[in-house]
Amino acid sequence: MRVLAAMSGGVDSAVAAALAVDAGHDVTGVHLALSPDRQTLRSGARGCCSVEDAHDARRVADELGIPFYVWDLADRFREDVVEDFVAEYAAGRTPNPCLRCNEKIKFTAVLDRARALGFDAVVTGHHARLADGELRRSVDAGKDQSYVLGVLTPEQLAAAMFPLGGMTKDRVREIAAERGFAVATKADSHDICFIPDGDTRGFLARKLGSRPGPLVDAATGATVGEHDGTYGFTVGQRRGLGVSVGDQQPRYVLGIEPVSRTVTIGTADLAGVDEITTAAATWTGAVPALPLRAQVQLRAHGEPVACEVGAGDDGGLVIRVDAVQRGVAAGQSAVLYEPDAERGDRVLGQAAIRTSSRRRGAVGREVLAD
Amino acid sequence: MTYLDHAATTPVLPEVVAAMAEQLGRVGNASSLHASGRAARRAAEQARERLAEAVGARPSEVLFTGGGTESDNLAVKGLFWARREADSRRRRIVVSPAEHHAVLDSVEWLAKHEGAEVTWLQVEPTGRVTPAALAAALGDGTDVAVASVMWANNEIGTVSDIAELAATAHDVGVPLHTDAVQAVGQVLVDFGASGVDALTMTGHKLGGPMGAGALLLRRDAECTPLLHGGGQERDVRSGTLDVAAIVGLAVATGAAVGGRVERAAAVSRLRDRLVAGVVEQVPDVQLNGAALDDVVRSGPGRLPGNAHLSFPGAEGDALLMLLDARGIECSTGSACSAGVARPSHVLLAVGAEPDRARSSLRFSLGHTSTDADVDAVLEVIAPVVERARRAGGRR
Repeated sequence: MRVLAAMSGGVDSAVAAALAVDAGHDVTGVHLALSPDRQTLRSGARGCCSVEDAHDARRVADELGIPFYVWDLADRFREDVVEDFVAEYAAGRTPNPCLRCNEKIKFTAVLDRARALGFDAVVTGHHARLADGELRRSVDAGKDQSYVLGVLTPEQLAAAMFPLGGMTKDRVREIAAERGFAVATKADSHDICFIPDGDTRGFLARKLGSRPGPLVDAATGATVGEHDGTYGFTVGQRRGLGVSVGDQQPRYVLGIEPVSRTVTIGTADLAGVDEITTAAATWTGAVPALPLRAQVQLRAHGEPVACEVGAGDDGGLVIRVDAVQRGVAAGQSAVLYEPDAERGDRVLGQAAIRTSSRRRGAVGREVLAD
Repeated sequence: MTYLDHAATTPVLPEVVAAMAEQLGRVGNASSLHASGRAARRAAEQARERLAEAVGARPSEVLFTGGGTESDNLAVKGLFWARREADSRRRRIVVSPAEHHAVLDSVEWLAKHEGAEVTWLQVEPTGRVTPAALAAALGDGTDVAVASVMWANNEIGTVSDIAELAATAHDVGVPLHTDAVQAVGQVLVDFGASGVDALTMTGHKLGGPMGAGALLLRRDAECTPLLHGGGQERDVRSGTLDVAAIVGLAVATGAAVGGRVERAAAVSRLRDRLVAGVVEQVPDVQLNGAALDDVVRSGPGRLPGNAHLSFPGAEGDALLMLLDARGIECSTGSACSAGVARPSHVLLAVGAEPDRARSSLRFSLGHTSTDADVDAVLEVIAPVVERARRAGGRR
């Protein structure tokens, strides 16, 4: 097959490209330039598209003897990922930009262009298993990235290759070292690539400006403080609220209401939810019959929890979790899994969380999710 | 492999390899006083004389450098500093916006750090700078430190009439630098007859080694050095002479200039065939720069090996990738260190829309090009353009 390897300059995508070459594919490497003003050198473990990263990717491609190009997708990335990120926060939600990037950039913009140029598939260094069109968690539970791939459709998965899903991250680094790749010991990237200093609140403040509003205690309805913008908060957040309420009990963000700019906080007993409604779902395979027993993961590094999935309004879902959850933020994806200890939990699909609530009178075991 | 990127670099001539290998086998610093040093100096000075003769300069006007970028930096910064030191009113630089980045970025550095003021020249839609445009930009010249206009453009191949421009600059007492990296060996370049004060040339565009270049600098031109040290090269460019590279540069320049007329005829015939063939298969292709048969007073108005084409609706980098996969090597313009495709500043300077600029490819032919190379392009260009168009003009 003619395969396009998306090469970030990191160790994962380097090894993924190498494995695609080993498998006998005709591989071409591309590095995605996603920022209009690229830094010459990377700083720390954040960011993924400095000129130095492009150089690292090119070094690997040259060693593999494959063609290598840089594709400038900065405009698409700004429109589809960065502006979406800011707009979601402005609307009181907590987006996942990595998931959006996979959906809109890697497996839409890049895949479309690759297909038009005559490629059959796109290979990436994501840690997830993909076989027979079924997307599953990586064997390396700590590095599993199936959550941020949960948004992919059957058509997108049919043209995707994730050769790293069957191995641990340690094994990936070993392979890189065996091949003499200079990136074998390169630090993992984490956090949000377009916020290189890691200060999300500062980034949003620059984009959205000061939008002050009240902090309201859910139990009393009293205004207990002021904030500079609802975008500084995520449902379930405990630290950095900047208020102290007399009873010394920790407070959590319970809700964000962007129009009145109200951030509602409350004690742990009010923070738990067990019913979640979502926007329209996407499915990685055939649309399943509802209701459905499954597991749901509610954020990138969250634990899966058993649930029952039913149909909601406008193609959305109603997800009832067996155990009460905290920190269920609107805008995050609820990714549904079918447990499978042997082959890896299978990703069924995902839907963006709209609301969450506690069923009246429901009795659930409290699970501290934070 | 079909190599049609001679404007990026061109294969080294066998006689250059032989001359350099011979020199590399010898010990000797050209500044040493003993026999080995004298032998090295003799080789370097013979090379200087040989190069000078090939380009119409006096040996004392040849300063060996590390290549075109260094020569451009030295000329622009060195002339600016020296002229401003002589008269503090001279802070202005008059320059074409279609110059190579080695000139543009030097000028912008001077503007940012040395208080230079920049006057951008009007360029014709072909990329050419006319004497009238230069005269208008210079004014009475009293506040101008230096002017710089390239002899031939590296992207679209347009030749300007440098002798006329030098005379225009001299009318108001301003020195003219020209970047002739693409011109030497392609069109007639006679430093003395042109009247320019400083001329940049380099080895690897004419069959010589990379990392070897020269600045031809008139004896009466004051130029402040960039590199200080042992005082080599008229005290303008210190550093131990790289004798093997200098010998290679001189042999290559002699060969390129010596065989220029015949090679230019052969290369322009191939280039014309290439363009005609592409036009036949992709009728809406657009030729950028001057017409193929354009002339200026000194000779051809376009470099004989340059074919710069825009393919509306296709991305240059998609075309490049598809041709590369079929063994054909060309370019989207001057390569950027990050490898990110940006619309060419040259095409933007000549008034092209960004989409047209992004849809362009440069084929540059040279001394090893053959009819088979042209055939190889014509065999694949139609399906490649069609596929690139399907991949979309703008992403």
